[in-house]
Amino acid sequence: MGRPVGIIGVGQTKHGRRMDVAYPELVREAVLRVFEDSGLEPSDIDGVVSGTMPSMMEGVALTHFYFADAMQAVGKPILKTETCGSTGVSIAHTAYYWVASGMADVVLAVGHEKMNEGDAQATMTTVAEPFYQRYFIAGAPGVFSMQSQMWADRYGIPEAKIRDAAAHISVEHHNAAFENPYAHVKIRVTADDVKNSRVITYPVRLLDVCPTSDGACAMIFVSQNKAKKLGRKTAWVKGVGYRGEEYFFGDSDKGLWQGAVLAAKQAYDQAGIKNPRKDLDVAEVYNPFTFQEMLFYECFGFCEPGGAPDMVLKGTFDKKGQLPCDPSGGVLCTNPIGATGLIRVAEAVLQVTGKAGEHQIPKAKTAFSHAMGGVDQFNGVMIVGSEL
Amino acid sequence: MSKEYKTLMTEIRLPYELAYGPVWTRFFEGMAEKKIFGTKCTKCGRILVPARSFCPRCFIDTDEWVEVAQTGTLTAWSYVNYRYYGMPTEPPFISALLRLDGTDVDFLHLIGGFDVSDFEKTRKMVKNGMRLKAVWSDDRKAHIMDLKYFKPA
Repeated sequence: MGRPVGIIGVGQTKHGRRMDVAYPELVREAVLRVFEDSGLEPSDIDGVVSGTMPSMMEGVALTHFYFADAMQAVGKPILKTETCGSTGVSIAHTAYYWVASGMADVVLAVGHEKMNEGDAQATMTTVAEPFYQRYFIAGAPGVFSMQSQMWADRYGIPEAKIRDAAAHISVEHHNAAFENPYAHVKIRVTADDVKNSRVITYPVRLLDVCPTSDGACAMIFVSQNKAKKLGRKTAWVKGVGYRGEEYFFGDSDKGLWQGAVLAAKQAYDQAGIKNPRKDLDVAEVYNPFTFQEMLFYECFGFCEPGGAPDMVLKGTFDKKGQLPCDPSGGVLCTNPIGATGLIRVAEAVLQVTGKAGEHQIPKAKTAFSHAMGGVDQFNGVMIVGSEL
Repeated sequence: MSKEYKTLMTEIRLPYELAYGPVWTRFFEGMAEKKIFGTKCTKCGRILVPARSFCPRCFIDTDEWVEVAQTGTLTAWSYVNYRYYGMPTEPPFISALLRLDGTDVDFLHLIGGFDVSDFEKTRKMVKNGMRLKAVWSDDRKAHIMDLKYFKPA
């Protein structure tokens, strides 16, 4: 695991349609907040790591250069980490590796996206294989809906029950977003609203889908010595995992997704997690689509394969359930993609440091965060805890 | 956020010439002749389709060519009912993963050959495990769309 690494600050923008600011101003909003939250200043930072989804989302390449000023990276080493949807978790991993290696004591991690400035699905389709697959992928919804359909058909569970469980997740998350001051979509929906909304990519309907968001998230990772000197409330990195599969969509099973299973296992082994549903207090699962969230619960061992719909309907993963998932409202309500994975880590940090406000899970000590990326290709996990 | 600020309308257009290489050139020449080719990995024994120059798992060259069946079984599907800028296929359409008979990976293409304008009717027709058969275009250009779609067999 290298040296112990703590996280001492979180800054988020108000996420949403942010045509009120230019992109560097959006990034600076999150960076100012992380300095405010941590009590540190730009001169305290040893290195900066940032990332986005494909840069062409906003039509500017190499965005870490574009934001050098907004991130106060001038005169410092700078890195960019880009792993598609899992970019945010990979940014956190990069910052973690940098401090854990002993090569830096204080690293600023920044994730950002301004999806409303381009055509998000057209951009994301350029991730897909160009000769054989791009014609049929149909953007992120197409890929993840095929995966969801593959999963939903696997265990002989009636389609109506799975549909009800996905609607339950949508209702829960949309309600939860009202308790998160930074969340994008704040609407009250009923299960019937979800089930009657327009088909986007079957089985996914409009209210099963995340929004197109603008937003940024910044965090500060520190060494144990630095954390001790600062004496502030610190979340500690307990485990990291990242795993994936072959590039061609169709080369590996996505119903019980081994990339997700193994990424979680790597992090669990490091963190000493034996029974995730009991040992974890809260989870921020990357859930741009409701059906896919259930598939992830199974891959992460929150329940048995095929067990997710029943447990969702029993409320196991609700805010007051045994393992609350996405009390922030999750990706379903806020998805500035390059920031989204880092927001999952940030929300996990807020939970274990008791700073999650209205969506705080009482006495949360161990929190799980996750993001996935590519054409159903890679998964990243970071587990944080309140104790070293 | 009540005040509206200015926005800049801009555009980036870039041409690309992507090299197929020898294996994929041969695969697409096969498409023009209404043939679907795979390659077999001599280490793991899997038949990969479309043909690959190397096995992604064993990392060895796969130079044993196999013409694979034009029939297969549906693994997963989605009814696509939205559009984005430059979308190459006109919605609504059905994206599908299917396992061509005798092969060891799923092949991504379309299901068609019937009216897909009504989602509810389509949902009743399309089931995982259903048998499918390739339908070819009359105007073939050694391109993935030489295969029009797979129709229920």
